[in-house]
Amino acid sequence: MSAPEIFPVFRHRHLLGIAGLTPPDIETLLDRAEGFVELSRQADKKRATLRGRTQINLFFEASTRTQASFELAGKRLGADVMNMSVGNSSVKKGETLIDTAMTLNAMHPDILIIRHSSAGAAALLAQKVSCSVVNAGDGPHEHPTQALLDALTIRRAKGRIAGLVVAICGDVLHSRVARSNILLLNALGAEVRVVAPSTLLPAGVSRMGAIPFTRMEDGLADADVVMMLRLQRERMEGGFVPSVREYFRHFGLDARKLAIARQDALVMHPGPMNRGVEIASEIADGPQSVIERQVEMGVAIRMAVMEALLDPRRNDGNLAA
Amino acid sequence: MNRRPLFIEQARIVDPSRGIDEIGTVVVAGGQIAAAGASALNQGAPEAAERIDGRGKLVIPGLVDARVHVGEPGAEHRETIESASRAAAAGGGPPFVMMPDTQPVIDDVALVEFVRRTARDTAIVNVHPAGAITKGLEGREMAEFALMAQAGAVCFTEGRRTVDSALVMRRALTYARDFDAVIAHETHDRALAGQGVMNEGLFASMLGLSGIPREAEVIPLERDLRLAALTGGRYHAAKISCAMSAEAIARAKAAGAGVTAGVSINHLSLNENDIGEYRTFFKLSPPLRAEEDRQAMIAALADGTIDIVVSAHDPQDVDTKRLPFSEAENGAIGLETLLAAGLRLVHNGDVSLMRLVETLSTAPAKLFGLPGGTLRTGAVADLAIVDIDEPWVVDVNELHSRSKNTAFEGARFQGRVLQTLVGGRTVYSRG
Repeated sequence: MSAPEIFPVFRHRHLLGIAGLTPPDIETLLDRAEGFVELSRQADKKRATLRGRTQINLFFEASTRTQASFELAGKRLGADVMNMSVGNSSVKKGETLIDTAMTLNAMHPDILIIRHSSAGAAALLAQKVSCSVVNAGDGPHEHPTQALLDALTIRRAKGRIAGLVVAICGDVLHSRVARSNILLLNALGAEVRVVAPSTLLPAGVSRMGAIPFTRMEDGLADADVVMMLRLQRERMEGGFVPSVREYFRHFGLDARKLAIARQDALVMHPGPMNRGVEIASEIADGPQSVIERQVEMGVAIRMAVMEALLDPRRNDGNLAA
Repeated sequence: MNRRPLFIEQARIVDPSRGIDEIGTVVVAGGQIAAAGASALNQGAPEAAERIDGRGKLVIPGLVDARVHVGEPGAEHRETIESASRAAAAGGGPPFVMMPDTQPVIDDVALVEFVRRTARDTAIVNVHPAGAITKGLEGREMAEFALMAQAGAVCFTEGRRTVDSALVMRRALTYARDFDAVIAHETHDRALAGQGVMNEGLFASMLGLSGIPREAEVIPLERDLRLAALTGGRYHAAKISCAMSAEAIARAKAAGAGVTAGVSINHLSLNENDIGEYRTFFKLSPPLRAEEDRQAMIAALADGTIDIVVSAHDPQDVDTKRLPFSEAENGAIGLETLLAAGLRLVHNGDVSLMRLVETLSTAPAKLFGLPGGTLRTGAVADLAIVDIDEPWVVDVNELHSRSKNTAFEGARFQGRVLQTLVGGRTVYSRG
């Protein structure tokens, strides 16, 4: 194995969002992850970087995929990983959050991975514990590792991010993936578009750094990347859109709509997909789809993030929050 | 019992009830104002009077806070009538009107009497109960206005809630008119607000929080204003927060309706950006709005569209505030910071001192028919002595309220209450 590359020390104690990261912070995380992509493709996938460190996955919302990705990332780095699936029990969520945080903190973990249905939950947790916290999704706010893995996927396929046209399509209003991606892609110089019916666009979206479109035909023109978002079932039965079939007709990604984008456009989806709702199966499984590649990049990015946060060269006293 | 006569010499006296802002002498005897103004400058001190050097100090009628939530009965760990009264005294502001959304709800005579009795036995300032508009705050059946009014309820309100039904509101306004009772109402369209937890807009979108549009306040307000015009009832828009609401009030007043409006000091002092990184002490109802709305509130206060300023004191404990933003309760305490935050507006040149004192004291006393709000001879001696320039920093540990959810933690203020009198008796004195 070649000598490990030397990366600059990550300045942050937590990864709560893309907001607050500088372009060099982001580039460094992507560069770190490149090495882990290679490592994960080898027969021996393990490193001892985090040996003796304890990682706790605290998931208040069920998410098999994200939790498995973080777990695998931690184990490949040699950490002891513990999964706490708190779920959405009858206990009031917030009480559980703080109470659980204090309990876990007493166990001296080195890193906490949290998924919660409320925006700001990761930030609240970070105030109460003495270890690093990674936001694995807080309500409709942010999901930074998803945006990072999306960026890594795009960069590896296109060789760059600056100057690309990225169309984020679907339920932008409720999407933490959209928010984190808008921030990250803007930071790295892409042109970001959001495409959705107006009921699924957040107020002030154009001032968030995304150009809004309400027709796929317009929003996908010249797009280098088409990023589809999941639409929750309960939101498509009259609440925000009238029906599944009407939504799929106008906003579902099928061959006809994809043809409007660039011929070499990438098709992405954070998963889990609703086939036939936001994306046609033939597209999801088609040659332009990098959806499986995103899953692979997810593990590498999470390894990079955890390694960066637990870098032994760090002197906590000199770090930004 | 400090019932000695009081003789405050050479103080600046601001009394909006007489339009007075002058250096003069205040004489308090027998629990009443014996004299207050320049005309009393040459008056001799009564025998055995306590003399106070008023030079450099301001004397104003005690504040009258028309919107105060207390935890008693039902949530005494947040605030009792007694602890709220201490906070009020330290803020220069007796008396206050206590909201009925307690547990149980103050919706009948026995509860009104409970508040009056508890206040009499434990509080150091006068506490006036407000009765519920509907039984159990359920928005369906009218509560016993007349009986509660006889027992001492000074107005009727649903507290934090809104009467959803236009029919119930119409009947309440019509019925209350017969004995000249004020219906004070916060307007919040629950369906339109949906899951919203802060002002709708870019900032909410960035934080991933659901927004509450201004229309959720304005639509039921417009409804109420039309019902007030229809019924001729006395309607008070208790806590408006945005420019559109001020415009609606101004239109209704111009059309001759007997309506009034109040604003909380929070909406005159803060805006949605203060929420920062999900700070739940800034989660209020109505939500903190944009800076343009705050400016509109100040303008409406200065031009008379808004009649009174309230603290909207709402004690919440860690169990309701130390939560993710969308799960936390609304509300912030404010009794002790009301005057200081108001003086910030005066120091900034936003409103005159006369107008501030009028909206904090004289106007609410008049609106709800309470003693106080004036330094006229013969009036009850409720007053505050204030150092208008003293700088201080809000330290939560020094606040008298049982709950510490202030939106002004660490705020730098200029102007502080030195002494508060209720009925001629000193109930608070600093130093």
